[in-house]
Amino acid sequence: MINHERRRGAVVVTLAGELDHRRADQLRPELDELLRDPKIKELVFDLTGLSFMDSSGIGMVLGRYKLMARRGGSVSVRCQNQQIDRVFELAGLYQIVKKLA
Amino acid sequence: MSIVNEMRVDFLACPENEAFARMVISAFLLPLNPTLEQMGDVKTSVSEAVTNAIIHGYAGRGGTVRMKALLESDGTLTVEVIDNGRGIEDVAEARKPFFTSLEGSERSGMGFTVMESFMDDLDVKSQPGVGTTVRMRKRLCPDEMPLARNA
Repeated sequence: MINHERRRGAVVVTLAGELDHRRADQLRPELDELLRDPKIKELVFDLTGLSFMDSSGIGMVLGRYKLMARRGGSVSVRCQNQQIDRVFELAGLYQIVKKLA
Repeated sequence: MSIVNEMRVDFLACPENEAFARMVISAFLLPLNPTLEQMGDVKTSVSEAVTNAIIHGYAGRGGTVRMKALLESDGTLTVEVIDNGRGIEDVAEARKPFFTSLEGSERSGMGFTVMESFMDDLDVKSQPGVGTTVRMRKRLCPDEMPLARNA
């Protein structure tokens, strides 16, 4: 089960370890199950504990962004790893997804 | 310029081996004392190339991925990721940011852009029905000293 915390309409998903294509494929159905309730309008990815991420992470976050945008919700990302930050920057992700300090 | 170290590994094109390939290239680089950023750049680029080989080259049907790495005395690392999969029809198109042949799969289409940005040099050779070779180079050490000592 995905490590997460829900407070009313907000869900914080905390990911640790490595996020690659294999892991993203495993996480996707779990995430969508978690976000099925349309009352959830705010999704936060806490990636502070992530040690590695490749472009698979972009696809995973963008996919959830589309889902949340359809219901008028928002997505934000918390990330302190410079390498991961650069992958997101390359894709211009922070233009649509809020970056939390 | 001489060869300081060289390696080659063949592995099955399954998603489990994405992490394996990253571990192998990390272990290969470790004796050089790369910076965290250099290590991250190479690991991320290798992850992109190997993932491409597995999900595009072999379309998830398995096959063998070959990874080769070469370290030269001027501190240049060359990594090749080779598959004998279906190949890429239009390499220039595939290298464009956000291009993906797998619509609806949530692939971001940023793999080649990541490799291009994180490595100094990227060369992609592909022939439909024959396979794809991705060759990446990165200069890791500014001078010959640390490597020459190890050689």
